[in-house]
Amino acid sequence: MRHIISVLLENEPGALSRVVGLFSQRNYNIESLTVAPTDDATLSRLTVTTIGDDRVIEQITKHLNKLIDVVKVVDLTEGDHIERELMMIKLKASGATRAEIKRTADIFRGQIIDVTPTTYTVQLIGASDKLDAFISALGATSIMEVVRSGVSGIARGEKTLSL
Amino acid sequence: MVVRALRDEGVKYIYGYPGGALLHVYDAIFQQDEVQHILVRHEQAATHMADAYARATGKAGVALVTSGPGATNAVTGIATAYMDSIPMVVITGQVMSHLVGEDAFQETDMMGISRPIVKHNFSVSHAEEIPTVIKKAFHIAQTGRPGPVVVDIPKDMTTPTERFEYEYPKSVKLRSYNPISRGHSGQIKKATDLLLAARRPVIYAGGGVIMGEASNELTELAKLLNYPVTCTLMGLGAYPGTDRQSLGMLGMHGSYEANMAMHHSDLILCVGARFDDRVTNGVDKFCPTAKIIHIDIDPASISKTVKADIPIVGPAQGVLTEMLELVAGSKKHPDESALKAWWEQIDEWRARHGGRYSTDDSELMKPQQVIEMLSKVTNGDAYVCSDVGQHQMFAAQYYKFNKPNRWINSGGLGTMGFGLPAAMGVKLNFPDADVACVTGEGSIQMNIQELSTCKQYDLPVKIINLNNQSLGMVRQWQDMNYESRHSHSYMKSLPDFIKLAEAYGHVGMKVEKYEDLEAAMREAFALKDRLVFMDIYVDPFEHVYPMQVARGSMRDMWLNKTERT
Repeated sequence: MRHIISVLLENEPGALSRVVGLFSQRNYNIESLTVAPTDDATLSRLTVTTIGDDRVIEQITKHLNKLIDVVKVVDLTEGDHIERELMMIKLKASGATRAEIKRTADIFRGQIIDVTPTTYTVQLIGASDKLDAFISALGATSIMEVVRSGVSGIARGEKTLSL
Repeated sequence: MVVRALRDEGVKYIYGYPGGALLHVYDAIFQQDEVQHILVRHEQAATHMADAYARATGKAGVALVTSGPGATNAVTGIATAYMDSIPMVVITGQVMSHLVGEDAFQETDMMGISRPIVKHNFSVSHAEEIPTVIKKAFHIAQTGRPGPVVVDIPKDMTTPTERFEYEYPKSVKLRSYNPISRGHSGQIKKATDLLLAARRPVIYAGGGVIMGEASNELTELAKLLNYPVTCTLMGLGAYPGTDRQSLGMLGMHGSYEANMAMHHSDLILCVGARFDDRVTNGVDKFCPTAKIIHIDIDPASISKTVKADIPIVGPAQGVLTEMLELVAGSKKHPDESALKAWWEQIDEWRARHGGRYSTDDSELMKPQQVIEMLSKVTNGDAYVCSDVGQHQMFAAQYYKFNKPNRWINSGGLGTMGFGLPAAMGVKLNFPDADVACVTGEGSIQMNIQELSTCKQYDLPVKIINLNNQSLGMVRQWQDMNYESRHSHSYMKSLPDFIKLAEAYGHVGMKVEKYEDLEAAMREAFALKDRLVFMDIYVDPFEHVYPMQVARGSMRDMWLNKTERT
């Protein structure tokens, strides 16, 4: 099953490599990974999506907790949560397809953020499956380039991941 | 500041090898005499010496190696300590900070190289933080589940002309590191109830009992309950080996009775062990009728390979003390008739195999006989530092350890070359104790250069070289699984170990007949101030038994070359 694991990490050199190293060393899978500083300059927040059965996920969270630079770990998929991913997608947009792409982007509530006579670049924000759905709705022929941020997630309600 | 911090941490010996990046530090070592430095002949040996000191005392050993090849030579020793959860601080020199990343002379990324084999590592980026970093390194290495910590120090951080305020912190706090200090009372209560209700119990004790200084509590609990105890390779000595309730070691080369008892048990109390593949054999067939209580300081060790019914995260000593109180105060008692029947069954298993081996099939001495003699000559009281291979298993099976911290071996990583430096590290810190290095002609040659260090620092260890003129364990597997095709397990051109020992200034003894063994060994141990290299010729065709059948259950074993369960 797919899990979204959020980690508060000391904002130290090498901290990220410990997390990434752990996953490769123990043969865990990384589907996506995002990391950036938080409002507290000494902390980074890292979100990793991974796939594994309960035993594997339990081991992942335990081993993450063991890393000295890791301050807190939460498996967001254990409770209600919101996930978002940002995608920028560059599309060949000329002739008849140009209007069709615009329509599809509107349906998905995407924004066109760059325009040339032959291309559109669309920005889309949503859960990963929505981004996937947009890609398949377009069909592969018009896609020139895709860049996705990876998943960020946050728990619903009062629950927080903080010190 | 590095040397002062080590002094203030109470470090007496450091083991190391100088080099360019460490010259400032070595100059500081020269100008004081509180922290004594032992110059090894290869950095791997420095780490094993520090490691063995930790295994014998529970306190972190310290190794000091230079950048580049010095650091990479230390890698095997760091990994050895990591696999066995041994506290150690390894200080590695680094090139000047402005050269880092430029492929400078003797530069390696030691932070990157060591990352998967350390509990944590530090790179010093401001000289004034050296005392705090060193304090943190010791704190992390020695608390929780212990492990090695690397401190990488660029040369310019130790420049003697740049001076800073020095203060060694009394303690350090890390917001992201809070090792568990006691077990969950509710879980301990539940576990105790289960323990008292057991009809076929086994206590399975690992290295965590030794490192957690919980041998007394474990022994007391086992005695109070009259339950059998089996120890892992790392746990030998956690429970007295000569006691009736001891079943010896379990696992791949465990005793028949230990493996049979595990398989048929209805309750396993695991303390400070990790259900390693060399213990469980086929995990899917592991102990089908047993409920499992697992006490460990490291939550990640619990339910990693075998699911625990009652997990208890906490230090072995504290948890066992609480259990002892609960058992002593409980109105419930183990079912006496069930326990009696269980012991009868165990004694029957014991009578059936009981560690017997044949001496009829060879003119030569059996390696088992040598270990039994060592046990006899040293009254089971020596520090036995082992290398890796058949001799290691024979030592584990036939030397009866009655005290913890006496059996020093590389269990998890299986590092050949560990034995001699380990024996040196122990002897240096326990000069009056008998220290034996049990080794083979393969392993000893992996760090034989340390005979020179032994001469320099007067370290009269006794080397028990079980010479079977082949890489015995490899050869055994080739016999059993590869139709005796002995691919590169045979050692031609062995040196004359007697002359070699003499060349380094030591005493050499060659023993070829069992009749001569006892006298020779007594003579060797009587030579208190000399290193004796005993080159003992043993049957090259001997195998280690019992040996579990691959991917079978605990009870599936070869008992000798022709008989299996």
